[in-house]
Amino acid sequence: MDVLSQLQRQLADFLASLYREGFVDDQFTQLQKLQDESSPDFVMEVVSLFFEDCEKLVNNMAKVLEQQVVDFKQVDSHVHQLKGSSSSIGAARIRNVCIAFKTFCEGQNREGCLRCLQQVNHEHAQLKANLQSLFTLERQIVAAGGSVPAMQ
Amino acid sequence: MSLLHVFGFGLKVGHLLWMLCCWIVSVISTNWLINGGILETQACLLGDGGKMWLKCMEKVSGNSCKIHHHYYQYIGSKRVRKTWWRKLLVAWIVGWITVSVWIFWYMSSQAFEKRKETLASMCDERARMLQDQFNVSMNHVQAMSILISTFHHGKNPSAIDQRTFARYTERTAFERPLTSGVAYAVRVLHSEREQFEKQQGWTIKRMDSFEQNPVHKDDNAPKALEPSPIQEEYAPVIFAQDTVAHVVSLDMLSGTEDRENVLRARASGKGVLTAPFRLLKTKRLGVILTFAVYKTDLPSNATPNERIQSTDGYLGGIFDIESLVEKLLQQLASKQTILVNVYDTTNQYHPISMYGSNVSDDGLEHVSALNLEDPFRKHEMRCRFKQKPPWPWLAITTSIGILVIALLIGYIFHATMNRIAKVEDDYHEMKELIKRAEAADVAKSQFLATVSHEIRTPMNGVLGMLHMLMDTDLDATQQDYVRTAQDSGKALVSLINEVLDQAKIESGKIELEAVQFDLRAIMDDVLALFSGEAHEKGIELAVYVSVGVPEMLIGDPGRFRQIITNLMGNSIKVGIRPLGDKKILTFLLRKSGMMKYCALSLGLMGILSQFTKKGHIFLTVHPVEEVMDSIDVETESSSRNTLSGLPVADRRRSCAGFKIFNCEGSSHPLSPSSSDLINLIVSVEDTGEGIPLEAQPRVFTPFMQVDPSISRKYGGTGIGLSISKCLVGLMNGEIGFASIPDIGSTFTFTAVFSNGSSNSNDSKQQKQRIKNQCHTTPSEFQHMTALVVDPKPVRAKVSRYQIQRLGIHVELVSDLNQGLSSISNENRVFKMVFVEQEAWDKESSISAHFVNSIQKIELGFSPILFLLGNSLSSSRTNTATSGAYTLSIITKPLKASMLAASLQRAMGGNTGNPRNGEHPSLSLCNHLVGRKILIVDDNRVNLIVAAAALKKYGAEVISADSGKKAIKLLKPPHQFDACFMDIQMPEMDGFEATKRIRDMESNGHIPILAMTADVIQATYEECQRWGMDGYVSKPFEAEQLYQEVSRFLQPPSTANS
Repeated sequence: MDVLSQLQRQLADFLASLYREGFVDDQFTQLQKLQDESSPDFVMEVVSLFFEDCEKLVNNMAKVLEQQVVDFKQVDSHVHQLKGSSSSIGAARIRNVCIAFKTFCEGQNREGCLRCLQQVNHEHAQLKANLQSLFTLERQIVAAGGSVPAMQ
Repeated sequence: MSLLHVFGFGLKVGHLLWMLCCWIVSVISTNWLINGGILETQACLLGDGGKMWLKCMEKVSGNSCKIHHHYYQYIGSKRVRKTWWRKLLVAWIVGWITVSVWIFWYMSSQAFEKRKETLASMCDERARMLQDQFNVSMNHVQAMSILISTFHHGKNPSAIDQRTFARYTERTAFERPLTSGVAYAVRVLHSEREQFEKQQGWTIKRMDSFEQNPVHKDDNAPKALEPSPIQEEYAPVIFAQDTVAHVVSLDMLSGTEDRENVLRARASGKGVLTAPFRLLKTKRLGVILTFAVYKTDLPSNATPNERIQSTDGYLGGIFDIESLVEKLLQQLASKQTILVNVYDTTNQYHPISMYGSNVSDDGLEHVSALNLEDPFRKHEMRCRFKQKPPWPWLAITTSIGILVIALLIGYIFHATMNRIAKVEDDYHEMKELIKRAEAADVAKSQFLATVSHEIRTPMNGVLGMLHMLMDTDLDATQQDYVRTAQDSGKALVSLINEVLDQAKIESGKIELEAVQFDLRAIMDDVLALFSGEAHEKGIELAVYVSVGVPEMLIGDPGRFRQIITNLMGNSIKVGIRPLGDKKILTFLLRKSGMMKYCALSLGLMGILSQFTKKGHIFLTVHPVEEVMDSIDVETESSSRNTLSGLPVADRRRSCAGFKIFNCEGSSHPLSPSSSDLINLIVSVEDTGEGIPLEAQPRVFTPFMQVDPSISRKYGGTGIGLSISKCLVGLMNGEIGFASIPDIGSTFTFTAVFSNGSSNSNDSKQQKQRIKNQCHTTPSEFQHMTALVVDPKPVRAKVSRYQIQRLGIHVELVSDLNQGLSSISNENRVFKMVFVEQEAWDKESSISAHFVNSIQKIELGFSPILFLLGNSLSSSRTNTATSGAYTLSIITKPLKASMLAASLQRAMGGNTGNPRNGEHPSLSLCNHLVGRKILIVDDNRVNLIVAAAALKKYGAEVISADSGKKAIKLLKPPHQFDACFMDIQMPEMDGFEATKRIRDMESNGHIPILAMTADVIQATYEECQRWGMDGYVSKPFEAEQLYQEVSRFLQPPSTANS
């Protein structure tokens, strides 16, 4: 099972790089721990839900921020939600951006908000790509007949 | 010289001041007198008016009362008061000005009246005297007229001639002081003229020509005068006093004044006066008094005609009024003060001045009537003061004095009101400032909390990563680095926690719990916490808890533990005496600043440990009463009698300042009233460097910035100790310390707890909170007896305490020989023997013998031998062999639990140790099986994650995405066992939802736990305020969720699991 072990090693490395680069944090590990036989695709489900939410929120915020008079309260509540969900799934980078974002909202700084929005978008895209490749890898391993190593 | 001048000046000023004081006093007293007088006179004189006045006064005072009332009514509104008191002030000043003017007027009028009276009396006196004298003269003149009628007309020939008359009158002039001369004119009818002229030898001369020609030459011969024209009758002067000899032969009837006078005199038969006129010779003002001389005695009621018929002649006296009055006035005192004028006022409109300069002065004048016995003529005397009236100084000073006093009072009032206004303004300002300061304080606390929270979050990341890193494949150096980094991180987190605590204490937000706890277990925990470090540094740790301390106490174990941990940590950090070079350490500490904790815990101290001496840290807990009783006994205990044999700072000194000891004499503060309250005294004694004397006063000051060399040594103590002090204060206790440099420090504090043993059947929830650490004393050791061999009583006491906790009876002996004899005693059966390492090493020769003798004891009864090794020697193997006998070594610090384990092992019993370091909760995962839990969060992702986490523990999870749904779901009756509630939700936040749920709950109480990302300090209290039971921080970890929820759920009943 040379291929399998290689894949598994690849997965481990990839995951480690994700942690290292701060895309995800402990919470993601927690999330992975929650996945078991009864819910084999739990992480993916949650993550895709998150992305869905995220896109919706980003669009909403973009709309609000485009307006002449920006309702920062609304933006703030969106950011709050985004921050909550990102910390729930352990999307550390997005969460960090959200923290900065919140500060700008409180300061009613439109420029900063827009910059943060862009950053969120960017991080979101990156995370999405990364996680997708992660899931692909996992699926490959499962397809190859192996099991995804449990996280410590 | 200058000094003398200054002195003189000072004297003068003092004198002036003294005068001023005297003046004020006198003015006040005179005022009082005068006012009193005025009141009386007013009341007496005016009668009704006085009453009115008094009524007025009453009204005024009534008004002032009213005003007071108003004042208090309006005290709230500032502006009204301000304008009001200004008005009052103006009214006051105006009123008093009026009063003082009135007083001035009144007093000066009084003075004027008095002056007038004086003048009147003086004037009357003068008038009377003048009148009297005049009357005397007149009477004499009248007497002379009788003399003439008797001796001139009554005798024939006449007994009197001019010469006789002149001489007589001359000699009796003193009788008539007012007359300048008298003359007698005889009545001569025209028919008798010639005969008369012949007889006299001269002709009757006219008088008016004499009058018309002013007399130039005094000795004007009468012959120069014209003879009198033919008249019906004549009245030639025949006799005259020498002074008026020139009038002889003048016809009196020819002078206008005299004629009238003569006619009136003979008609009336009384003395008659002429109007004043210039006298012939002297040219002075004078009047002539004329008396008629009758031939026969007339009846008093004779008619004027009869009188005229019987007239013989006329006697005239010349009164020189001017000299007369002058003479008179000279006889009187105070002649200088008044001016006297005498007027003939027969013609009212043209009074003729008889005396006095005619100074026109409209000043004060008094007129007295003069009765000069002439009904036809009227005279009066007018008197005036020579000087102008003096200034009414008394009135002026009085009124000014009153005014000044009133103004002063007004000023005082003004100043007071100003002051009050100012103070009030200041007060408002202060209030504003306090508000701002409080707001700032809250902001500061909030800021601290937020910042610490923000720091903690990434720190958790760092620590987590480090933890993960530790599990990876690392070489020794890397591992060391990672461990170091982790330790630093932990130290930083604990520092942040301390800062948070400080912030909480400062904002008064800290509140103590009241739960049941086992103090001994906490002591064991603390011991365990520090044993590693102490071991490294070769410090002996020991705990002794007095038997008097109840098993269970009610209080805040966490905070109590925090205090002890702080003190112990402090002791352990400085509780060593570095003898070597400290440069590296101090350099690092100085560099790192805030990181000194980290530096310390980095094990840098470890570097120093090789230079350290052996020391100890001794933690003791006693009830206060016990210490108070023994405090005197302990005085003579030698300094040698300590745990490690090193001298220590005196514990009694550390608590010498405690109030509880100081008020000993009066009554025991705790004994009677609070049988349920236990006052504990805890002391931590170390043999460290001690605290330098100059730093001792500031030990409990938070964030103290002292001399760097001190903060270097006590880097960690600053904030920890101040927190401890606050916490001790919250526990109604006191904290103090005694420290001797290079000997050590002893920190002592007292704390009040409730006795928890009495009501041990408390709610299960509380019991569960108490960690199930050493709660269970293994029953297997009950009723055994142990022997402890220890030369040091203090240490032996500690050992006995720990061993006794297992239910073992303990006997103490001080050395092996005694031990032997005890063992050999047949009556005693020792199950185990504990020998202190020190005793063992010291008496190595006996030890072998000791072992042998033990072995000799019958099998099954032979005691098991334990060696109580202190940390320094514990690097040896756990069991040392001594000959054939194996003896177990128990490493200090002694702990009941560890002791029990060792005993069990040695006795071949069950070695199971409840405290295996694993999460006990994990083994009880089935707590949640079948539980129905509601999760409320508007964030779908969060919902799913939380749900998954709880599902993992077998719980049945229902999700709701809004507070309203949650309320709907939790409407009783419902099946839920617990609820997690997000706080920040749109529409209805978690607090509100919880409140409504609590409102709905009729019976039963569902645990509601908040989920929040904000773990700032206020949150917990906020949660409780809204009826929540606790909170979990987001992002949640499965374990945390589980632990929190299981705290609130009853352990699964047997039927359930």
